[in-house]
Amino acid sequence: MAELTNAYIAEKIRNQFGDAILSASEPFDMLTLVVNPSIAHNVINFLKNDSEIQVQFLTDVCGAQFPEIEGQEFCVIYHLHSLTNNIRIRVKAFIPASNPTIATVSDLFASANWQERETYDFYGILFEGHPNLTRIMNVDEMDYFPLRKEYPLEDGTRTDKEDKYFGR
Amino acid sequence: MNEFDDKSVEQIEEHEYTTLNLGPTHPATHGIFQNVLTMDGEIIVDAVQTVGYIHRAFEKIAERRPYNQITTLTDRLNYCSSPINNMGWHMTVEKLIGVEIPKRAQYMRVIIMELARISDHLVCNAVVGVDSGALTGFTYLFQWREKIYDIFEQICGARLTTNIGRIGGLERDFSDEVYKKLKEFLHDFPKAFTEFSNMLERNRIFVDRIAGTGPISAERALNCGFTGPNLRATGVDYDVRVMTPYSSYQDFEFAIPVGEKGDTYDRFMVRQNEIWESLKIIRQALDNMPQGKWYADVPEFYLPPKEDVYTKMEALIYHFKVVMGETDVPKGEIYHCVEGGNGELGFYLISDGGRAPFRLHFRRPSFIYYQAYPEMIKGGMLSDAILTMSSLNVIAGELDA
Repeated sequence: MAELTNAYIAEKIRNQFGDAILSASEPFDMLTLVVNPSIAHNVINFLKNDSEIQVQFLTDVCGAQFPEIEGQEFCVIYHLHSLTNNIRIRVKAFIPASNPTIATVSDLFASANWQERETYDFYGILFEGHPNLTRIMNVDEMDYFPLRKEYPLEDGTRTDKEDKYFGR
Repeated sequence: MNEFDDKSVEQIEEHEYTTLNLGPTHPATHGIFQNVLTMDGEIIVDAVQTVGYIHRAFEKIAERRPYNQITTLTDRLNYCSSPINNMGWHMTVEKLIGVEIPKRAQYMRVIIMELARISDHLVCNAVVGVDSGALTGFTYLFQWREKIYDIFEQICGARLTTNIGRIGGLERDFSDEVYKKLKEFLHDFPKAFTEFSNMLERNRIFVDRIAGTGPISAERALNCGFTGPNLRATGVDYDVRVMTPYSSYQDFEFAIPVGEKGDTYDRFMVRQNEIWESLKIIRQALDNMPQGKWYADVPEFYLPPKEDVYTKMEALIYHFKVVMGETDVPKGEIYHCVEGGNGELGFYLISDGGRAPFRLHFRRPSFIYYQAYPEMIKGGMLSDAILTMSSLNVIAGELDA
C-alpha cells in the first residue's frame, strides 16, 4: 500500500471524480479540495467508505460568504478526519447566491444535522434532503440570515475606525 | 371480520402522554437550554431540544474585532475552562502568522491548560455526584476549584473568564507566588481528590445508580461527532493532545484513559482518571521547565513592556498599533484544534489580510455532541436523563456561542 500523502489522496480522488474536483491545495499542510457542489456528497461518501483513507469522522461543517465572487457567493466547508490514519481533509464547495442549495451529508454523518441547521440559520444555505432544516440559534420568526456580509455588525455612523485616520 | 382483529394490542391501547418541559432554567439542566419531553409516566418517549438561549453571535462579532480582542470572546465559550479556549485561539493565530513561541511559554501554557482541565472535570464529576444525591463531594471539591482560580488570578488577574496569555506567548512570567501556590496545590489536592474518589468510585449505591444510564456505542458516538471524555468513555482513544500535539504535548508522558460502554459511569471514570493524568503533566512541566523568555519576538502582536512605551519611540508605535488592532495579518485559511475540557475545540479561520478575520468559525464540541442527547435518554427514566446530561457536561456558553 502506498504511503497516504496528501498528494496521493488528491490523485486518488481526481482519478475517481475527474474534472469535478476543481482544485487541490495544501494550506498549512491540510489537504483542501474544492469540488463541484453537485458531487460534494459523493466525495464525502467516497472518502468515508474508501478502505484506504477511512474517514470515519466529520469534524466540522460551516458556511462562508464571498460576496465579490460572482456565481460562487456561498461556500460550504467540511472538515473530515481519518482517525485511523490521522489525516485531516477539507472539502469546499462554492454555490451561487441565486440558488444556495447543496445535498445534505446528515445521512452519512449524524453530527452534520445540527451543523447544517446552524449553517442554514446563519447563511440561508439550503441542504437538500435534510430531515429538519429549521433555525437553531435564532428565533424562528427571524426573516434574514445574520452572518451574511450585507448585514454589518455596527451601525454606519461610527467614524472612529475610518480608514482616513489610519493613513489608508 | 372485526377490524380489531388485525391490529396488535399496542395499537389499540391508548397512551396518555404528558409533555414535560425540562428547562430552560431548571437547576438540573446546568445552563439555559430546554428539552421538551414526551413522557409515558416516568419513561421518556421522545425529546426535542431547544438551544440558542444564550446565543451571542460570536462568529459575527469576531468579523469586526482585531485578533487580540477575540480572546475575550473565546473566554465565554466553555467558561469552565476558559484558558484552554484562550490558548487555542492564540495558537491558531500564531500558526497563521508563522510564529514559534519559546519552549518555556509552551510549558507554562501546558500548566495553565491542564489546571483548567482539572477544574472543568472537577465541576462535572462533582455535579454527577450532586445529581445522584451526593452533595458533599461537590461542596468539598469546589474549594479546590477556587484554589485553581487563585492560581489563574496570580498569573493573569482574572479568575473565571481569564483572557489569559497573549498572541506570541504569555503576558508575564510566573511569579514566585504562582510557583508557591502550584506547589501547595500539587501537594494538597491529591489528598482531597482521593477522598472524593474513595467516596464515589467504588460506592455501591453510586455505581448502581449511574452504571448503564445514557449509554452510547463507539460507532454511534463517532457518527454523532463525539470527542473528548465522552468519546473516550465509549472506548475510542482519540485525544487531540496525542494525535496532533500542540504546545509541546509530545514532551510529556501521560495515558489516555478510556471507558468501555459509554455510559454515565464510564464518562465519570474517564474524567476521574484524566484529572490524575493532568496532575502528572503539570508535575512534569514544572520539573522540566525550560529557561528562557515567555514570549516570542513578534512586536506587531505582543504588547511591549509598559516602561518602554513611555521612553522608547518604537515601543510606543507598536503599543498603539497593537491596541488599535492596526496589524495586518497574512492571508490564508487555517484550522487549528486543541483538546478542550469537553473535546476537540477547533478554530477555523479565513483571513483576507485585514485587521479582523474574514470568517471565524468555532468548532464547539458541546454543540455537536448534544444533538445525540435524545437518543441517549429515550426509553429511560427522567432521573437518568438528568444524570446523563450532567455527565455529558454540556456547557451552555459553548453550546450556543
